[in-house]
Amino acid sequence: MTRYRVLSVVALVVGLLLAYFVWSTQANPGSSYAFKFGLDLAGGTELVYRADMSQTPEGERGEALEALHGVIDRRVNLFGVAEPLVQTQRAGGLSGTSEDRLIVALPGVTDIKAAVAALGKTPTLEFKLATTTSTGTTTQVAYVSTGLTGRYLDSAVLQFGSGATAGLSAPLVLLNFNNEGAELFAALTRDNVGQTLAIFLDGQPISEPVIQEAITGGQASINGRFTAAEARDLVNNLNFGALPVPISLESSSAVGPTLGAVAVDAGVWSGIIGFGIIALFMILWYRLPGLVAAVALAQYLAFMLAAIKVIPITLTASGIAGLIITLGMAVDANVLIFERTKEELRDGKNPREAVHIGFARAWSAIRDGHLTMLISGGILFWLGSSLVQGFALVFVLGTLASFISAVSVSRVYLLALVPETGQGRWRFLLGSGMKNI
Amino acid sequence: MIITKYRTLIFWITGVILAVAIGAVVYLGLPLGIDFTGGSLMQVRYPEGRPALGVVQEQVATVPLGAVSVRESGADAIVMRTHAMTPEEHAAVLAALSQDAEPVELAYTSVGPAFGGQFATKSLWALLAVALAIGLYVAFAFRKVSRPIPSWVYGVIVLAMLVHDLIVPAGFYAIFAHFTGAEVDALFVTALLALLGYSVNDTIVVFDRIREHLAHNEKNSIKEPFELTIGKSIAETLTRSLNTSLTTALALVALVFFGAEATRSFALVMLVGVVAGTYSSILVAAPLLVPFAKWYVKK
Repeated sequence: MTRYRVLSVVALVVGLLLAYFVWSTQANPGSSYAFKFGLDLAGGTELVYRADMSQTPEGERGEALEALHGVIDRRVNLFGVAEPLVQTQRAGGLSGTSEDRLIVALPGVTDIKAAVAALGKTPTLEFKLATTTSTGTTTQVAYVSTGLTGRYLDSAVLQFGSGATAGLSAPLVLLNFNNEGAELFAALTRDNVGQTLAIFLDGQPISEPVIQEAITGGQASINGRFTAAEARDLVNNLNFGALPVPISLESSSAVGPTLGAVAVDAGVWSGIIGFGIIALFMILWYRLPGLVAAVALAQYLAFMLAAIKVIPITLTASGIAGLIITLGMAVDANVLIFERTKEELRDGKNPREAVHIGFARAWSAIRDGHLTMLISGGILFWLGSSLVQGFALVFVLGTLASFISAVSVSRVYLLALVPETGQGRWRFLLGSGMKNI
Repeated sequence: MIITKYRTLIFWITGVILAVAIGAVVYLGLPLGIDFTGGSLMQVRYPEGRPALGVVQEQVATVPLGAVSVRESGADAIVMRTHAMTPEEHAAVLAALSQDAEPVELAYTSVGPAFGGQFATKSLWALLAVALAIGLYVAFAFRKVSRPIPSWVYGVIVLAMLVHDLIVPAGFYAIFAHFTGAEVDALFVTALLALLGYSVNDTIVVFDRIREHLAHNEKNSIKEPFELTIGKSIAETLTRSLNTSLTTALALVALVFFGAEATRSFALVMLVGVVAGTYSSILVAAPLLVPFAKWYVKK
């Protein structure tokens, strides 16, 4: 018994420390452990783009998506948002989507149009070979992709070359390829001397030079039909990051700050009320063990809040709902154990023995129940979408925490309190419902 | 035990409930929201008082969007549903609404049709996968119990109960949506999936007790009619089945009445599901074992 009393003091102290951690990091506005709220609570914009990989070979898609991630990251940072988040999602059975996606979260931004415009300046650069087919009097030009795209670009430079005829300086965009691109470009020009290599910007041909000779230096120039200003923009955009693959906006959402603040308040209140009525019910019905369950539940809550801060888990409205629901589920294991303990008491076992056996016998049902909830939670996470995942994360974490809390914390407390022989007031304290033991 | 004695009546009542729920889903339908169909949803608040819906509709009509639905929401806000708007169309609608009022956009969501379709397919797979995984797990967990009923029967019954526990909240939501204009969204699927993992718990508790009694009887060579074993198991676990569900229901009630607007129908669906799950665990799952046992003993 002394052993359990020491352990329960330790458990209590740990619980209080966790609660203090949660409280102090929340009271101090500058703390790096403040709750992180999702866009639906803090306000902000989420943009989901589809990356068009139809022109990218299967094996290079992962790399292309990474490159896309990097470019968008740079653009988002230039957009000037605090704590933006850019994520990618690969297509495939594991993620359950058939498309590669890019997800951009912009906290505090509510103007979708401005955000899309800032990110969506999307120069895609492609080099295509023109092949001419003549049927009778009409000639048709078909453009064949060469595989050389803006992905292989290292940098772009603006130059003013001398116009051959007028002697005026015409703007010229000089492209420097990276090593891989230089090789591709050299091979391409070597094999197709005399043909037209069209340069496409955003799907439009901007320049159609004829290949004179093999170019091995890894440099190409575009002298398209642009003004100096257009050429400057193009160079900026290319340097700034030509998108390796085209993207299109698939879905978007924006939440204003007022709706989120109301939702947070409602979440806190429903949490307090939910905790209160569950604790009250447990104490009224299960008496002393109920009180132990209520204390263990408070500790569970402190642990969950601390874990959400430390990991950190971004809280959404659905995540808060998940946390409150797990409060109701976390005491379930306690109910199973107490009911089992009561049966043993009725069988004539002494109280401590009954608690021991109660925990041991309730174990298989508790294990099976928690495992099925983990199955649900895991699939929920796979289902994706930030709202669903917000719930799934808290749900899975809560299931694990309640499992540990039920079989350790409440057990230690009960064994620290319950005596060998149950007479007098213990008959009342260990009873439940309308009946004593 | 009253439950095993009147099991035929209970099975009939369950059948009627299921028929009503399926009927509601089939005839009233589950209106799919933009998470599944794609489209835009816009929530706008008028702090200085909401203009008549007709005025709003006229303003929006200046932007060519096709079908637009405008509904009142709360005291001073509107909810507008359209096809998936482009950022330009969205800005144009906002400008149109701001002609002679100063509305505040509370929330805006736009989902592309392809994105929505994929989510719908994924949701169905997820529901199927969870139900199967749980059924298999129960069959596995009860693998040592084989007399008089093979363990896979426990798994199949759990699976049948899971289907029941999905149909009832779905039927409820069809009726709820019919009267409130609510739509099926990603959170509805979340609720159903979480319910699958949760409501099986009560069934496991009863089955666990049956498993214990069967093992005990076999060890001590006690001959006891299977019906009696099941009745005893239900009676012994009744309080805990009710109380575990009650605590979760209390948390959900707090969420329904005091929680955020965004999770209200989610909590309501879960609440109905928890009640349905408890009902099916206590009154249907274990009594269903009796006819199975009789069939296997006769064989």
